[in-house]
Amino acid sequence: MISSSPTLGSATFSDVITQYPQDEILEQIHACSTSQVEQALSAERPNLRDFMALISPAAQEYLEPMAQRSQQITRQRFGNNIYLYTPMYLSNECNNGCKYCGFNASNKIPRATLSMGAIEKEARIIHDYGFRHILLLTGEASKLADNQYLVDAIERIKPLFSSISIEVYPMDTSGYAQVIEAGVDGLTVYQETYNPELYADLHPYGKKRNYTYRLDAPDRAGTAGMRRIGVGALLGLGNFVSEAFYTGLHARHLAKRYWRSQVSVSFPRIRPADGGFAPLEIVSDAQLVQMLCAMRLLLPDAGLYLSTRESATLRDNMMPLGITHMSAGSCTAPGGHSKDASATEQFAINDDRTPEGMNAIIKAKGLEAVWKDWDTAFLNRDTAVANIHAG
Amino acid sequence: MDKLIIAGRTFRSRLMVGTGKFSSNAAMAAALHASDCEIVTVALRRVDIDNPQDDMLSHIDPKRHLLLPNTSGARDAEEAVRLARLARAAGCEPWIKLEVTPDPYYLLPDPIETLKAAIILVKEGFVVLPYINADPVLAKHLQEAGCATVMPLGAPIGTNRGIRTRDNIAIIIEQAIVPVVVDAGLGAPSHAAEAMEMGADAVLVNTALAVAADPAAMAAAFAKGVQAGREAFLAGLGKQRLHAHASSPLTGFLRNEA
Repeated sequence: MISSSPTLGSATFSDVITQYPQDEILEQIHACSTSQVEQALSAERPNLRDFMALISPAAQEYLEPMAQRSQQITRQRFGNNIYLYTPMYLSNECNNGCKYCGFNASNKIPRATLSMGAIEKEARIIHDYGFRHILLLTGEASKLADNQYLVDAIERIKPLFSSISIEVYPMDTSGYAQVIEAGVDGLTVYQETYNPELYADLHPYGKKRNYTYRLDAPDRAGTAGMRRIGVGALLGLGNFVSEAFYTGLHARHLAKRYWRSQVSVSFPRIRPADGGFAPLEIVSDAQLVQMLCAMRLLLPDAGLYLSTRESATLRDNMMPLGITHMSAGSCTAPGGHSKDASATEQFAINDDRTPEGMNAIIKAKGLEAVWKDWDTAFLNRDTAVANIHAG
Repeated sequence: MDKLIIAGRTFRSRLMVGTGKFSSNAAMAAALHASDCEIVTVALRRVDIDNPQDDMLSHIDPKRHLLLPNTSGARDAEEAVRLARLARAAGCEPWIKLEVTPDPYYLLPDPIETLKAAIILVKEGFVVLPYINADPVLAKHLQEAGCATVMPLGAPIGTNRGIRTRDNIAIIIEQAIVPVVVDAGLGAPSHAAEAMEMGADAVLVNTALAVAADPAAMAAAFAKGVQAGREAFLAGLGKQRLHAHASSPLTGFLRNEA
């Protein structure tokens, strides 16, 4: 029996997850009845047990009422807004051997780590599209793209952006404090799979092999005071129901424990990449919708992200269901926006519409694209005041 | 088994009882017995804490009950901290129900002084159970300070008006990382059941028992209310059904899949 109010205390997620053994969880979820799904749909505040019913096979017949509820909650909490951001790849150097990733160290591909000049060039192009939210990405190659490299990059582009997020290798708490100090307000760390055995199999070498260190990275960022923390599983690796459950559990843990931070969840489905990795599990569009809506019902305030990994058609259809953040104009190769990149992509994107194109689509859906919803003044008062005096 | 765990200590009963306002210590003792409670709170100002012969204390069986001294009457953090230290110096276990109520009319808890006192007492090794208004952000600050529970009020103390702060208590329960004990305002066993059905971990009751015509019978009734509410919560309450939607305007696109 899962208690709906477990005492989490000061535990990090690697402690919490041990209270939810996978076999028992799967058994409970597969035993959920349609009546439990209906109850979950009617709950004023769906709890973890309701969430289990909503991600269960029994809920597959209830996607429309789930979508209705998800949309209603999302509009109530976020209004008619879709927040836009774009990724910028700084480096595809990597010492890890993640079997599903195009940057896998064993892949013989052209490698690049952008110079500060190249970073600024990319950043200006992204800025000119209208973006003020940017996501910086690297692989894990501590000698070529380390904390100091990131800090230098952040400081170089900071004047151009109001919000800088990172999706890089996991850091220790002091590393997160260092990048926050430099101007980072958001972090994304995908666990890829919450199944430790599968994780070990998919990460044969490199620092990323350490499952627990990665699992607790969002906790360390929360401790360091990161404003936005995002989690997700790479869908197509582990069992769908299991990954959906632990992703929800993880986000819920972070929201409770680091209550000043906004938690977000992404739904990345695996895409073709160099190395030719085939998905181990097929996650259908219907399952993706089910996971999205269930997540919204569990976490009414969470940011829910859908990237250009998905097709234009699917993104347009999912936009009204509870998504709050979307990327646009994406390129997954370092230097890709300047079109002078020699390095290859992490994976192939699926929706290649321009930022203006996305803006028009969002408007056509009766929604408003939000390009700026944060200001560096929150993090650095002195700079903001100095800018006012200067300007 | 479904147990309540506070600061690593396990309790079978989810009903806590206060000892004020009873017509006699004998009536109080009968109510404690009938309630089957394990945690009994006593106002430090009402008892002679270092005297085992104290009339009220001698009616509380230390083998059956954890004595939870409270700082009722304290008007600020300094007074509350002083009372807590006094209780510990007298040999009580370092558990303290923190109450700071400068307003003598509604006895509403002072959030600023309560947080100040909680930070000091946690540092001094106390297990702190703070009485608070149903303020979710204050609850988070207190959890972060290391409090063992949060005890939001359902209605002003002694009013028997039930759970008037329902929406905020629901938020506190949803977000809590420590047990939530609904304290104050519960006037009937149905109120206690309602708190437990909402997912509260325990309730604390005093006035409703003390002023009942038969306190012991009322205590037994509250015990049943708490038990029923908890069992209903664990069983998964049937919720009010929303109307089903016949058409599928939002997910119709999925039919084109596969």
